[in-house]
Amino acid sequence: MAPDFEIPVLTTTVDKMAQWARRSSIWPVTLGLACCAIEMMSMAASRYDISRFGAEVFRASPRQADLMIVAGRLSRKMAPAVRRIYDQMPEPKWVISMGACASCGGVFDNYAIVQGCDQVLPVDVFVPGCPPRPEALLYGIISLQRKIDQQRAFGYARS
Amino acid sequence: MDASAILAALERIVPGSGADALASVDQPTILVPAERLPAVCGALRDGPALRFTALLDIVGVDAWPGEPRFEVNYSLVAVDVPARLRVKVRVGGEPPRVPSVVGIWPSAGFLEREVWDLFGVVFDGHTDLRRLLTAEDWEGHPLRKDYPVQVDTPVRFEAPTQVTEEQFRETMNQDRRLRGERR
Repeated sequence: MAPDFEIPVLTTTVDKMAQWARRSSIWPVTLGLACCAIEMMSMAASRYDISRFGAEVFRASPRQADLMIVAGRLSRKMAPAVRRIYDQMPEPKWVISMGACASCGGVFDNYAIVQGCDQVLPVDVFVPGCPPRPEALLYGIISLQRKIDQQRAFGYARS
Repeated sequence: MDASAILAALERIVPGSGADALASVDQPTILVPAERLPAVCGALRDGPALRFTALLDIVGVDAWPGEPRFEVNYSLVAVDVPARLRVKVRVGGEPPRVPSVVGIWPSAGFLEREVWDLFGVVFDGHTDLRRLLTAEDWEGHPLRKDYPVQVDTPVRFEAPTQVTEEQFRETMNQDRRLRGERR
């Protein structure tokens, strides 16, 4: 009688494996521009706790980060600095535009504020709200994880 | 100390300064002709009965389309007396020109840069009149009344704000000179 055992092996594709690894440890860069950053910190702290989704390691160096959360209104003076931080992040990288100001200028419809940070950065997920609650930003990160799951790991380059 | 007492003390040090009292609700306010500003401010700082040693703030006002268009307010404090004083200067012209008071109160350095940045008031004698709040390549002076609230120009983000090594060294040396440090 043959012994009754199963081999502990799962089969998958390299694509799925790589994207699973990527979406399970999205490290955001430490970047806060305005009051939305307070909600972002709240999300990172113990009450909401993004480490449940593997994104808790806020990195002070863009070289070690995968995700940029544009938390707050982006002024025209700040735009070159934010763009430079984004350029310094290694591929693959993603951007979340957090809140009304970052997404469309919000109430600051004036000369000093960039009317939507998608003029400066390629945004993957927009999170509405003024400011968004931590749950909303959590949902944004989960949406980003779904998006990463649908992307291909190899074969095309992000612009 | 009310405005008339300050003007009397001022008259003993700078005769014929042309300074005049203005109506105000909160603190003594005097109006000074722009060309006499350095003499008056020097007297306000060093005068025995005055001793306005601290310059708290410099504020620009745009009265467009009124004339003279610009007003510059200086908020002074005499710490020992104690007393407060607001000095006003009214100027027109393009660009409006006001003598700098950096030599009298070094704290005017940043404040005059801010007023120049946002209102375009040129401070003659300021050693380092660069933009302070807006980006270095900004066009126009945003707090002027005829500056558009919304501007529809593309966002420039390709060239991050950078200084060369020579510019950095020059700025540091200039700062040391302003503070009177010996190298």
